[in-house]
Order: sequence, then C-alpha cells, then structure tokens
Amino acid sequence: MNEIKVKVKDLSLWYGTNHALKSISMDIPEKMVTAFIGPSGCGKSTFLRTLNRMNDLIDNVTIDGEVCIDNINIYDKDIDVVNLRKKVGMIFQKSNPFAKSVYDNIAFGPRINGISQKSILDEIVERSLKQAAIWDEVKDRLFNSALSLSGGQQQRICIARSLAVNPEIILMDEPASALDPISTAKIEELIHELKKEYTIIIVTHNMQQAARTSDLTALFYMGDLIEMNRTEVIFSNPAKKQTEDYISGRFG
Amino acid sequence: MARGTGKVAKSDIVTFNKKKFRFSDWFAEKVIKSVAFLSIAIVILIFVFVFREAFPIFRMDKKVAASSELMVQESYGGSDSGSTEKVADNQVGNSNKTQTPGDSPSSTLLSKTWMPVSDNPRYGMLPLFLGTLKVTLIALLFAAPLSILAAIYTSMFAKPRIREVIKPVIELLAGFPSVVIGFFALMVLASVFQNIFGYASRLNSFVGGIAMGLAAIPIIYTLTEDALTAVPKTFTEASLGLGASRRQTAFYVVLPAAVPGIFAAVVLGLGRIFGETMIALMATGNAAMISMNPFDSVRTLSATIGAEMAEVVFGDTHYNVLFLIGSLLFIFTFALNALAEFYFKNMVIRKYQSKK
Repeated sequence: MNEIKVKVKDLSLWYGTNHALKSISMDIPEKMVTAFIGPSGCGKSTFLRTLNRMNDLIDNVTIDGEVCIDNINIYDKDIDVVNLRKKVGMIFQKSNPFAKSVYDNIAFGPRINGISQKSILDEIVERSLKQAAIWDEVKDRLFNSALSLSGGQQQRICIARSLAVNPEIILMDEPASALDPISTAKIEELIHELKKEYTIIIVTHNMQQAARTSDLTALFYMGDLIEMNRTEVIFSNPAKKQTEDYISGRFG
Repeated sequence: MARGTGKVAKSDIVTFNKKKFRFSDWFAEKVIKSVAFLSIAIVILIFVFVFREAFPIFRMDKKVAASSELMVQESYGGSDSGSTEKVADNQVGNSNKTQTPGDSPSSTLLSKTWMPVSDNPRYGMLPLFLGTLKVTLIALLFAAPLSILAAIYTSMFAKPRIREVIKPVIELLAGFPSVVIGFFALMVLASVFQNIFGYASRLNSFVGGIAMGLAAIPIIYTLTEDALTAVPKTFTEASLGLGASRRQTAFYVVLPAAVPGIFAAVVLGLGRIFGETMIALMATGNAAMISMNPFDSVRTLSATIGAEMAEVVFGDTHYNVLFLIGSLLFIFTFALNALAEFYFKNMVIRKYQSKK
C-alpha cells in the first residue's frame, strides 16, 4: 500500500437539515485509483466534492469533521481554496469544455496562473493532450472549437485541461457515464496510465468499471460508508452482507 | 353482462372515425390568430403612414424647380388667407435677399442649419443627427459599463439574499416614466453638474445623456443578467475546479461566453436611448447647433418631432420633414432591434450547441 494522501476523519455534511454524509472516515493512498460505488443519492458524489471544496458553491451546506490532504486540514480557516483546487483537480460527469478552441481550453489553467509565453503554453498543451491520450486525434485541429469534438473526446479534453495545471489528485465524478463503450474503454485505459503519476478518486455507477479500474473500492449507502477495502476483496470476499448484496445486484 | 348489450345507446360509444367540429375550439383559435395578426398589421400600417407623410418632400422638388409659386400653393394649401399673404411676403423677401427662390426643401436637408420656421426655412438635419449621436454616445458610455458591471455582480458575486434585493430594485427603474427622469435631470442633475464642471449652458448633451443612461440602465442590466445566468453552470464549475478564482471565472469564462447576449442587451438599450423623447426634450437644451463639445446644448431627432409636431401646419414641408425624421428614427430602431433579435440571439444559441 502506498503512502496516505488523503485522510478523512469523522466528516459529516448537511444540506439544510438533510444529513447527507454521516461521520465518514477513510484513508486514500497516493498514486492509486480509489473508486466510490453505491446507489444514487448515497452521498458518494457529495463526498467526492468535499475533497476539493466544490460544495462551497452550494448554499446552505454545513460541514463538520476533517479532510487532510498531505496532513493539512482543507477545512481550516486559513486554507486558500483557489490553490487547493489547483492541487485537487476535478472531472465532471458531463464533459464541460469551454466554448473555445481546444488549445484555449487546455491553456486556460496555465494562463490564469500567469503563464503567457507562447512557447511554454504550446509545450503544456502538447504534453497535457498527450497525457490524456488525445493528442493524435486533435493535433490538426487545435484551433477548432472544443465543442465540435465527440463526447468521448470532449471528456478527454477536460481531463487534459485539468492535467495542465499539474494537480496531484484528480477527482472524477462518473467520468464515463455519458459515453459509449469505446469511449469508456479509452477513459479507463487513461485512468490506468494516469495513476502512475496522480492519485485518482473516481465515483462510478458501473461496478464493472470499479472492478476494472480501481485498486481500492468504497461502498456508500444512505450517507454511510459501508465498507472499504482492496477492490479484489470487495468484489470476491466482502466482509459485510450489505456489500455482497449490492455487488451481486440484490439491492440498489 | 348480458343485460342490454344491444341496447346501449350508440352515443355512449366514442367514435373517432369522423372528425368532429368543436365550435369553441375553432372560435378561440380564430380569435387568438386574428389578434396576433392585427398587432402586426397595426405596426405595418404605422410604418406605411409615417413613410407616406414623409414622401412628398422628395416629390415637391420637381415642382419647385418648375415654379416656385406653385410650391407656395402646395405646401400651404390648407391654410387660411392670412397666412397665404404672409407666405407671399416671404417669397418677396427671399428674392430681395438674392437667395434662389427655388431653394428646395430636400436640398437643404443636408445643410448645417435647422431653421424650419424662418423666412427662408432650412431643414438641415445634420445638427439633429450630430446631437442625437452625441447624446446617445454619452448615455451609452454611462449606462453600459454600469449596468454590465452590476449584472456581473448580481449574477456571480452577490449572495442570493442581496441579489434578490438588487435585481428587482434596478428593474423597477424601468417603470419610471421618462418625464420623471427628465424632470429630475432638469432640476437636480443639471445644477449639480454645472457646479462640478462649470460649463455655460445648464442644459446640454452631457446632462441629457446621463439622464437617458438612467433610463437605459434597467434594460441593459436585465438583459445582461439574463445572458450571464444563461451561461451553463458547468462552465463555472469547470473553471473553479481548475483553480481559477471567482473573479477570473467571471471575467475569463462567463463573460466571454455571454458576449453575444450582452451585445444584444446594449443594442436594445441603444434603441431605447435613440428614441427617447421626453428626457431629450427636457434636459438637452434643444438648440440645434453643430458642436463637438459635450457641454453644449443639442437637439435630438426625437425631441425635434416632440417639440415641433404640435405647431406645424398640416401638409407643410416642415410637417413632411418631421415625418421624414420619424421614418429615419423608425428605420434605425427597427434595424437595431432586428440586429439584437436575429443576429446576436442566434449567436448565443450557436455558441452552446456543439456542432458536429
């Protein structure tokens, strides 16, 4: 097991009075893929969004507990959320490239960090697109609108865009749920490649996807963390009956 | 079950093999349709009327060239004998001043003086155009940045509770009668600005422009706000997720995506300013002169109509010229609205849809 990157302690979250996350604690190792599974509304996406404080954007959210990334509690008063999000990137369920060219999409992150020299930007764009395994498909149309690409390509553009700001952790919220099997396979391959350098946390509805891509799997149900273990263990020999029922499709 | 199988009244069975005529549906549809077409027809008729009244101006020239006396007859045709005499006197006066009597109205349209009721009437619209342009420009420079920044604030920075207060309050300003804004400009703004800038004429294009800007702010603000909130939330999330600050997200992601909508907002605001009459009448000083100084009095196209239409002789050249101004205003605002409606709105739609 690699070193612990994210350490969550007794994290609770309320939307108004709705208790959405109930005292979650878990350790997420570095440079591995951790998958969150569970039925809709179980809190897995909410939990993912607490890891880079995207829930701050929603009104009426109360959060209690600690999330430590590299031993720093990101819910401390002094935390700079903007820089936190540079370190913890996020890929969304629905691919959301900006209505700009492919190049400008990737260069957006570096540019807001004050990089304006064209040669450096070119280099970052090329490297990020190569890392996201889409360079060959778009290298001839870098200056076309990113919205002209297919859904699967758009999602990889989004991944490349987040890679361009050099994150350490990448959160993926059902990154392949809107894609066809071929595009999904490409994203999964990509996840496999990326875990060599990045810590990846992925939320998925698709249990085969969790089984194929992840090293660790955590099952959420009704705001509780039911079980977390190595993926092989979860899928072959879970400790709890509830887990077994869920992965065999008896509920959820 | 067996009871009355054959006897169940045939009318109970719903048949659909024959179209049934439903009078109330038919009637409602026709009424709604005719009302819709009626409003279009009214607009078109106004259009036709305005142009028809403006048209004689160009026809008159030929007759003027033929006989100057005829022009007198034509243009003052409906007036009483007293004024005919006066006109005849004018004609003599003109000849004495060695002014060519056939100074046709349309040849003076592009001259630099607007003097429609002098002995030798001149209908130079240049000062009116310049005045309108000046006022519009000042109003736009004042209103557009203010309302766009306000819209950015309420749509992206303000807490929901603050937003719920600010938005309706600004929109309430749209319900202000322009005569009230004009009065405010006339009594308060003019004095305040005169104290600050110390210019000579109290009412001028600057005061008028600011007052008209006040009238345009709610329009530009509301439409800009709509354009900004129409930008998909996913853009904002993506940008923030990449570690952009709120300010960077607002100015580099949301604002560029909303540009076509904001253009439409500004253009519609421009249309409002352009046609605004009451404020222009009250706050701009109404002196038709050619000057680039923003602190000089001006007379706008719409204010000219507003001020002179009531006193003009029906069917007179002056009357026709006013209608010509009216049709020009009509064309300009129509063009601006069409531009906003068809061009910019399509741009917004195209922007968010992926084209395969």
